Amino acid sequence: MSDATTAAIEADALVRAFGARRAVDGVTFTLRKGECLALFGPNGAGKTTLLRVLAGLLRPTAGWARIAGTNLPGGAAARRRIGFISHASMLYGPLTARENVELAARLFGVCEPRAAAARALGEMHLMPRADAPVRALSRGMQQRVSIARAMVHEPSVVLLDEPFTGLDATGAAALSDSLATLRRSGAALVLVTHNLEEGLALATHAAIMSRGRFARFEERHTLDAASYASSYRTLVAHDA
Amino acid sequence: MPDALGAALLIARKDLAIEFRTRTAFFSAVVFALLGIVIFFFAWDPTAVAAVDLAPGVLWVIFTFSGLLGLHRSFGVELADRAIDGLLGAPIPRESIYLGKAMANLVFVIAVQVIAIPAIALFYDMPLGGRVLALAGIALLAAIGLVAVGTLFAAMAVNTRLGELLLPMLSLPFFVPIVIPAAQATARLFAGRPVAESMGWLKILLAYDIVFVAACMMAFPHTIEE
Repeated sequence: MSDATTAAIEADALVRAFGARRAVDGVTFTLRKGECLALFGPNGAGKTTLLRVLAGLLRPTAGWARIAGTNLPGGAAARRRIGFISHASMLYGPLTARENVELAARLFGVCEPRAAAARALGEMHLMPRADAPVRALSRGMQQRVSIARAMVHEPSVVLLDEPFTGLDATGAAALSDSLATLRRSGAALVLVTHNLEEGLALATHAAIMSRGRFARFEERHTLDAASYASSYRTLVAHDA
Repeated sequence: MPDALGAALLIARKDLAIEFRTRTAFFSAVVFALLGIVIFFFAWDPTAVAAVDLAPGVLWVIFTFSGLLGLHRSFGVELADRAIDGLLGAPIPRESIYLGKAMANLVFVIAVQVIAIPAIALFYDMPLGGRVLALAGIALLAAIGLVAVGTLFAAMAVNTRLGELLLPMLSLPFFVPIVIPAAQATARLFAGRPVAESMGWLKILLAYDIVFVAACMMAFPHTIEE
C-alpha cells in the first residue's frame, strides 16, 4: 500500500473487555491523514479505553486496530508514530519540565533531543519554567508539559484524552495552534472531550460513544451543531 | 531510536536522578539497615554465639530487607501520574524497561551495602582488611540475584492494593537461594578461610544470577502488558 492511500487509523469490530464487561464493543472507523475525530460520550462510555487500545497500551480482546497499516499493539515502529495525552500527566514530579520532555525525546529516538525538547516547551510557552521541577508547577502547566512530552517526536497520530482540562486561555490557545499545525502536516487526531463546541471546532469527524459502541459517527460538515448537542444531551441523560 | 541497552541506561539514569533528588528510599533503607544492625547487636549474647558466626547472618538479613525498600519504590514512581504509560508507549523493547529498573535498583542496593558492610564490621569487630575485595565480589553476586528477582516482583506487586505486603511475600522465598550461599561464603571469609573453599557457594550464586536475570527479563513484558 502506498503511503498516500494508507489510512492513519483503522479499527474494525474492535473489542476490549475487562472480565465479562466490554468497555469497547465492536467499534469500527477509519481516519485518514490530516483528519480529526472528536469523540464524545458520557462517563464510562469506553472513550479512554478506546484511546488506550489505539495507543498500544491495551491489547484488543477481539477485532483489530491499525496505525498506518501496522496492527496494534504493534512494535516500536507503530509506537514511534503515536503521541498520547491522557488524563494523567505521565510525568515524573521530581524531574524538571525540560528533563521530562528530553527523556521522551531520547526514548523516541529524536535527533538532537535537547533542541527538540526546547522547541516543544517553547510551543507551549513553558520556557520560563522549563527548569522547574514538574511537581512545583500548577496543574495547568503540568498539562502543558504533558502536551510537550507527547508532541516532542512530531507524531503522525495524536490521541488526546480531555487535553483542554486545566488549561488557561494561553495554554488552550497554544494547544489549539499545535493541533492545527499537526493536522496541516498530515497528522491524524482523535480527541476525547465533553465540550461539544471545542471538539466540533477541530473535528473533521464526530462520534458519540455509548456503552462501548459508536452510537453516532458522522463527518463534521454534515452536522448541525445545535441538533447534535441536543442529541448528545438526550443520549447522556438516557445513559445516566 | 535508542537500542535496548541505550534505552535501559536512559531509564536507569532517570530513576537514579529521581532517587538522588528525593532521597526518600535511600535514607529509609540506610536507617533501617543501621537500626537492624544495632538491634541485632544488643540482642546478641557474645558468650553464647561467636561474632564470626553471627555477623554473616545479620549482614544478609539486613541486606535482604533493606533491599526490599528500594525495590518497592522503583515502580512506585512510575504509577504516580501513570508515568509508566510514557515508557510503555515509547518505541523501546519492554525488556529495556526491566533492565533499566534493575540497573538503578542494583546501584541502590550496592549503595546501601557500602554503608551496611562497614557498620557490621565495626559492631562485630570483623576486620575487613584484605577481605574487602572478596566480600565486595560476594555482595555484588548476591545483589544481582536479589535485584533480578525483586525488580520483576515489584512490577507485579505495584498494581495490587497490598503491594507493600505482596512484594516481600513473593520475593523472600526466592531470596533464600541467595542468602544461604552469600552467608556461607561470608562466614568462611570472616573465619579467615581461603576463598577457594567458598567457590562452590559462589558458583551457586553465579548460576542463580544467570538463570534469574534471563528468566525475569523474558517474563517481564508479560507482567506489565494489559
